[in-house]
Amino acid sequence: MDALKRAAEPFRFHTRMNLTELTGISASTIGDLLGRIKTIPGSSIYHHTHRFLQQHQYLSPEPPNDFAYWAASSLGEGELGERLASVDTVQYPTIRALRAKIVETIEEYLRSDPPARKPFARKGEEFHFKKSVSFILPTAFVAYDLRDFAEILKKISIDSIYFHVFEARLRLERGTNDFSLWIESSLGEEALAGEIARLDPYTRTLDNLRRTLIHLIEERIVEDNGADR
Amino acid sequence: MARIDEYGPVVGQAIIDDLRLLSEKLRGKVVQHINSTSVGGGVAEILNRMVPLLNDLGVDAHWDLIKGGEQFFGVTKKFHNAIHGQPEEITKRDFEVFRETSEQNMRDLPIYGDIVFVHDPQPVALVERKSGNKWIWRCHIDISNPDRKVWKFLRPYVERYDSAVFSAPSFAQRLPIRQFLIAPSIDPLSDKNRELPEETIDAALRKYGIPRDKPIVTQISRFDRLKDPVGVMEAYAQVKRYFDCRLVLAGGTASDDPEGMQVLEEVRGKAREDPDIHIVSMPQNDIDINAIQRASTVIVQKSIKEGFGLTVSEALWKAKPVVASNVGGIPLQIVHKYSGLLCHSVEGAAFAIKQLLGSPEFARKLGENGREHVRNNFLLTRHLRDYMLVFLSLYHPEDIVYL
Repeated sequence: MDALKRAAEPFRFHTRMNLTELTGISASTIGDLLGRIKTIPGSSIYHHTHRFLQQHQYLSPEPPNDFAYWAASSLGEGELGERLASVDTVQYPTIRALRAKIVETIEEYLRSDPPARKPFARKGEEFHFKKSVSFILPTAFVAYDLRDFAEILKKISIDSIYFHVFEARLRLERGTNDFSLWIESSLGEEALAGEIARLDPYTRTLDNLRRTLIHLIEERIVEDNGADR
Repeated sequence: MARIDEYGPVVGQAIIDDLRLLSEKLRGKVVQHINSTSVGGGVAEILNRMVPLLNDLGVDAHWDLIKGGEQFFGVTKKFHNAIHGQPEEITKRDFEVFRETSEQNMRDLPIYGDIVFVHDPQPVALVERKSGNKWIWRCHIDISNPDRKVWKFLRPYVERYDSAVFSAPSFAQRLPIRQFLIAPSIDPLSDKNRELPEETIDAALRKYGIPRDKPIVTQISRFDRLKDPVGVMEAYAQVKRYFDCRLVLAGGTASDDPEGMQVLEEVRGKAREDPDIHIVSMPQNDIDINAIQRASTVIVQKSIKEGFGLTVSEALWKAKPVVASNVGGIPLQIVHKYSGLLCHSVEGAAFAIKQLLGSPEFARKLGENGREHVRNNFLLTRHLRDYMLVFLSLYHPEDIVYL
């Protein structure tokens, strides 16, 4: 196989910029939180499960969703925080499915520990529901083969990588990330596409994700060059 | 004044490229900012940088001021305090004064923007001139617990806007218009935040008689009870038993602020017996503040109440370990034990300062993380991006917008 195969349809890199919208809705107890999670827009579930990724590109210090962090730090419900932090976002293909899992996790916890409904957040530490508004724009970067692709990954904004890996899969419901889709369908690189699709991007920083993607693609190019000689 | 390309080496060229992509989508739109003052205060400071940078990006941005007499600004000051939840006696006449001046401005001030961006309550009533264009109200102050009478008066104006923008989630109200969260920012190229040569730092410290022979613990803030300078001194006293260090309290006090003068006298009185405490009351001098922050070992912001508390981002940008109260916008800037230490009391502050003085490696790591957190979230370039996104949101009501 020629790793430098040229695709008929190029990959156009897009970027995505986020604006945070306030809903004016808040919660002070776990019961409140649960009730609101059931009815708030999907854009709010998306915001509270993905905000940390964008705000902590360098190192992720928080449990990977705001619900987990709030339950542990503002209500002192460490166990619920741990259960919510362990929700494996990458397994859920849609926001609806992710919402259902979060609801189920809280309901199970409340059944196992009824007094947990009681703690109130201190004044000023209520949970404020927000929403993500995404603006998606095409960039000037276009790749026809893996070498182009790796070079562009080195210089494109982290927001572009974020968009193609996280937002396209879950929010736009494309099933997998855009990179794997194109690498498999346009270059026929099934193994590389699979390797990228199997990464758990939620346990990495975006910087680390960028380096890993570049490494996997460059490794494939080197491997192919070796096979040619 | 810095050009947009000068920010490339600080934030990365990809960020500047994205700003340019976004600005292209605003071609043909005129943005008109309106506030009440061109100098002094955070809003003027932001607009002085923001408007030229928007133009540099190709966005046709302008800035106009409303006019008002002493009486009008006396009333808006009362409104400001009441919105912050402080008791104020507001009379029927006060509301009349506000309306009369607003009507005068409606007659005198040309409204030509496709997007009219009104800052704070003073010019809020101008929205009565709305006709076919888009209006945004930018509220820079904490309105989480506003005085009911004042909010009842202002609310009908706010509801006529297309969108409102707040600095912290708790400031949002139940309103029938879209509300966005946009944090303020610092300018990494300004005198307050740019890199300084060691000689400049040494010279500034000599000027204020602060030797660099021991670790320096610093709080930069006005001498105001809400910044709790006395609490900082008490925390320092607890630290001093174990660590030989200096305390610097530096900031300004307006001569027309009698309470501020009283607080300054009080801290001076308490500092008299300890030569390692330095009380520096200074007029605005951004380079000297920058130098004192850079010479510090630990920076404290032990406020009792805070709007956003940008001094925290200023300190983090200098990669300093910070101990700060868990109030206002501070927890957005500091994630506890990751990009600084949060505290709720004098004892908590003292313990955190001791931890940082006793564990320089931990302190260094917090400072480094803090700097990266500020680079990603609290620099002027992020603020410019958010403003352009809010402008675009006026024409796109959906949650996923393809441009």
